[in-house]
Amino acid sequence: MLTGTRFLRTAIRSSRFNTSLAIVVLVLGFAILGPILSSHDPNTVVGTMNASPTSHPPLGTDNFGRDELTLLMYGTRNSLEIGAIAGLVAVLIGVLVGTVAGFYGGMLEEALMGATNVLITIPAIVVLILLSIALGSRSAVTMGLIIGVTSWPWTARAVAAQTSSLRTREHVDIARLSGASGFGIIMRDVIPYILSYLGMAFTLQLATAVLTEAALSLLGLGPTNTISLGILLQWSLLWEAVRQGVWWTFIPPTFFLSIVSFGLLLLNSSLDEIYNPRLQGGSGSCG
Amino acid sequence: MSPTFRRYLLTKLTWYLVALVAAVSLNFFLPRLVPGNPVDLIVSRFLQGGGGGASASKTYQAFITQFDLQKPLSGQFLAYLGNIVHGDLGQSFSLFPAKVTTLIGQAIPWTVALQVPAILLGWIFGNLLGALAAYKRGAFDRNLFVSALALSSIPYYALAIVLLYVFAVALPVFPSAGGYSFGTFPHLSWSFLVDALKHYLLPFLSLLVIAIGGQAVGMRSMAIYELGSDYVNYATSLGVADRRVLGYVFRNAMLPQITGLALSLGTLVGGALITEIVFSYPGIGTLLFNAINANDYPLIQGVTLIIIVAVLFANFLVDLAYGIIDPRIRAARTGER
Repeated sequence: MLTGTRFLRTAIRSSRFNTSLAIVVLVLGFAILGPILSSHDPNTVVGTMNASPTSHPPLGTDNFGRDELTLLMYGTRNSLEIGAIAGLVAVLIGVLVGTVAGFYGGMLEEALMGATNVLITIPAIVVLILLSIALGSRSAVTMGLIIGVTSWPWTARAVAAQTSSLRTREHVDIARLSGASGFGIIMRDVIPYILSYLGMAFTLQLATAVLTEAALSLLGLGPTNTISLGILLQWSLLWEAVRQGVWWTFIPPTFFLSIVSFGLLLLNSSLDEIYNPRLQGGSGSCG
Repeated sequence: MSPTFRRYLLTKLTWYLVALVAAVSLNFFLPRLVPGNPVDLIVSRFLQGGGGGASASKTYQAFITQFDLQKPLSGQFLAYLGNIVHGDLGQSFSLFPAKVTTLIGQAIPWTVALQVPAILLGWIFGNLLGALAAYKRGAFDRNLFVSALALSSIPYYALAIVLLYVFAVALPVFPSAGGYSFGTFPHLSWSFLVDALKHYLLPFLSLLVIAIGGQAVGMRSMAIYELGSDYVNYATSLGVADRRVLGYVFRNAMLPQITGLALSLGTLVGGALITEIVFSYPGIGTLLFNAINANDYPLIQGVTLIIIVAVLFANFLVDLAYGIIDPRIRAARTGER
């Protein structure tokens, strides 16, 4: 494991890390500050239908004359919110299942990992489609929950593998000899050692969840009465904006979906590189 | 067939049977889970005897008899399983009385024709590029890696939308919708094939480009990992020719990539749903989209079942192939731990 200062030194020298961090911070700023600074509700009609970008409104209007820039701010915020909820839920369930299975081993591990492996083979999109249909109306929080509930098995599998290798380490033996409970050992002697992995798993889950939300929205199963990047894309297909050439309604959300996913994946891969020096490129950025 | 292999096969078969039963149960129970769910709604509408006139009540009637909805849930589930075993997925609501199996049968060839070439070519080009990047390193690798990562992180449907706009709307080179021109019908003739090919290229390209990006990223990190491993250092220090070492590296890095290929072939039914929606391409994705918009539950459940079966089948084939290729796996799975 890298110590804090060594991590920082390696990270600052990695241009890939800096680029990805800059992208993520910019998008987060846009999503959080945008709706606060924006002067009106995203559903306010500010101009004529499908007005092209001018000085005001800067990104034009949609099929109902709503301000695209405001829609984009709220859409990005809600997409990230859905992604963050899904990422948290997935990592929490994954850690719970993974640490318990990896730490206790035996029949418990067999049973938990068996169930995990069965769930991994069932395609998540199918479960998502069925769940979304069952729920009928879905808020942003519900969307986050159902995406999280279907995406934890990969995290659980990786956490279980890491936990069962940690189980044989000396510091865990010492904790066990001193009489600590299983729960206590998992909290104090297992989880802190896999925190860096959990951070990476969260960025990956967040990126995937944002894209999954958009995919569900395009299938007609997105959040109800909520603006998200996926819903913006769905509208532009629904109202034939693409075939009418109203590019300002679908290029910005497309760009934001891609940049969120690119930024987070790049962040994930640069973290991976910092923790696994073997992957580092031949650029000599780091010895 | 050796006894260890037979045992491996049997364990695997059992696991996939469990997964299949779990998936089919989810397929049945999830839409019925929440109070006020779509199926309850259908039953109550039917019992009220209204809500859409004679034809609608006829559809509900068919649905209720077909799934034995008067029975308790367990009885319904058994009836559902029985229907599936007989290859009967029921009748569509929105296109009543068309059979779900017929509708899926009409859509699947379009999806397969779109996905199989995109997956195969994407896999070949992606692996070559990834291996090349790992071997050359330096600027070539850096540029290729970042652009491949960018390509693979663009959601496939986003690229589809951009391609549709650029090459069918802004520069109208390709048709913007459908699998063939409006007013024609699928038949075997030169003009129809040319027409179908024109409609095919854009959705195909949108899938191919993304597949190349994803495969290249995976192959690059596999190859780099192998290049730094002990056996490579050892072989180089023994003075083994570079070309021969690269051969070993390539072969070892390929194994997971072959799994990846088989697994992506498994997602071919459900992997490009939205590409088809964007291009209004007449495959499974468009069928599912229309079914969702029309609340056509038998059709939705039929499509999800097909997606599940395809994925499980591909996974099983991968495990089977691994059992044959890799003796270590056989030993590890059947032997004592």
